[in-house]
Amino acid sequence: MDVFSDPANLQLYIDGFLMILKLTGASTLLALVLGLLLAACRVSPVPVLRAFGAGWVHLFRNTPLTLVILFCFFGLYSAVGVEFSDDLHINNYWLAVTGLSAYTAAFVCEAIRSGINTVPLGQAEAARALGLTFTQNLRLIILPQAMRSVVAPLGSIVIALTKNATIAGVIGVPEASNSMKTLIEARGDQTIAIFAVFALTFVALLVPVGYGFSALANRLMVRR
Amino acid sequence: MSANLLYDHPGPRARVRNRVLSLVFAVLLLAGLYGIYRSFDSTDQWTWQKWQPFFQTVTLPGGQEVNFWTDYAVPGLLGTLRAAATAMLFALAFGLVFSAARLSEHRWIRVPAGVVVEFFRAVPVLLMIFFLSYGGFWVFGTLIEPFWSVVIGLTFYNGSVLAEAFRSGILAVPKGQSEAAYSLGLVKSQVMRMILVPQAARTMLPVIVSQLVVVLKDTALGYIVSYPELMLEGSKSSAVFGNAVPTFMVLAMIYIVINATLTLVAHLLKRRADRRGVTNTSTKAAAANAAAAGLGGGVGVAG
Repeated sequence: MDVFSDPANLQLYIDGFLMILKLTGASTLLALVLGLLLAACRVSPVPVLRAFGAGWVHLFRNTPLTLVILFCFFGLYSAVGVEFSDDLHINNYWLAVTGLSAYTAAFVCEAIRSGINTVPLGQAEAARALGLTFTQNLRLIILPQAMRSVVAPLGSIVIALTKNATIAGVIGVPEASNSMKTLIEARGDQTIAIFAVFALTFVALLVPVGYGFSALANRLMVRR
Repeated sequence: MSANLLYDHPGPRARVRNRVLSLVFAVLLLAGLYGIYRSFDSTDQWTWQKWQPFFQTVTLPGGQEVNFWTDYAVPGLLGTLRAAATAMLFALAFGLVFSAARLSEHRWIRVPAGVVVEFFRAVPVLLMIFFLSYGGFWVFGTLIEPFWSVVIGLTFYNGSVLAEAFRSGILAVPKGQSEAAYSLGLVKSQVMRMILVPQAARTMLPVIVSQLVVVLKDTALGYIVSYPELMLEGSKSSAVFGNAVPTFMVLAMIYIVINATLTLVAHLLKRRADRRGVTNTSTKAAAANAAAAGLGGGVGVAG
């Protein structure tokens, strides 16, 4: 375990996981907003929007995240010149966030859509009978109920996103898996200790999140 | 609830409004697509020179003849399929063993199995692959080939996800089934083998196929440790032809075609299972939960 007694190595470990948290935080927010919009598109009365939502979901759900993130770098940045910042590190960070949120939004959209399907028919029918329009129906009646049953799948998505954030390393974002690789390359004799520390940090981060989300889901569940 | 019940059947005014909205959004969408087209166009991504490699053999300045499909895409795809198939087979075995272990009556089997499954579901696949690829020499005294680090990493993760899916599938078989079997005098292993597993298996088949999509997508992690699969071969070819953007588009299309086909198969299997009435609401819920985990990239439901 003396690998981590070296302050430089300890810093590498801390920075790696801080980067994972930063990637997850920004991507979660963006993916939630985007996913909600996409889900609204997919259930809307406007065919073009439905097709757009479906297209997005099929595109991103069937493409490997590695490809999505590499495309953000080689396509958006290198070829087209999309630049978020002059600083290479900050730029790569935002490119990775772009890829992660576009990818995750597809899963958020599907989770919300299946949440909408759990709301009993009578709710939407009653709302329509009261004369509510599509947006009122969705906003006031369906989504508040749907969101409660979406909490558990959203928890899985956030957990998945946290683990997927390691793939940002492929375009040089200094995150945890890169730190681990660097440490193993420097101190191969301590491989097991290094892997144990990194893996258990993920376990320590994610298992409570999982239990937290299921507890929340139980509390919020609509009892029928 | 079906989505189209969120709004009334459109009358004359609503139809007009929907058409106008359709038009407005279609224009916006086309404008967006055109914007993307233009920004790629301004950097010459649509030139024939960059797309030519996908249609014919190209002679490089050095006089060497290179074909995108036979030299890169097909060998890469074979690498992807080989890794995915191997990992899936191992993951199924892992899943079966660990789901049985987690359902064991013996605490000393159940608890460790649970810990193993929870551990591998919470650790990113990439971390395991790095451990095997870079640390394999130190731990096992021999270098681990990229193929095996990808396969082993995917096996542990997806095996754990499948173990949970199988377990919830078996738990979801109505209690009356096993009670009836016990009352007929069957012992535990017989109940499991003859009553529970066959019923759970049918509802789990779609879940297995959806998990195959996850495995297939995750083989792209092989790119990072230089396992020659589709992603790596594709990016090698893009370096040769100097056409990163078109190549990535073609690669994405290949992945989408394969995965969409698999998803369709999963869907058909699920419909067949539903039609045959082998499911009940609780098995359906279990299957839906397991399917929601299909996020790829080392993704799952922890906790």
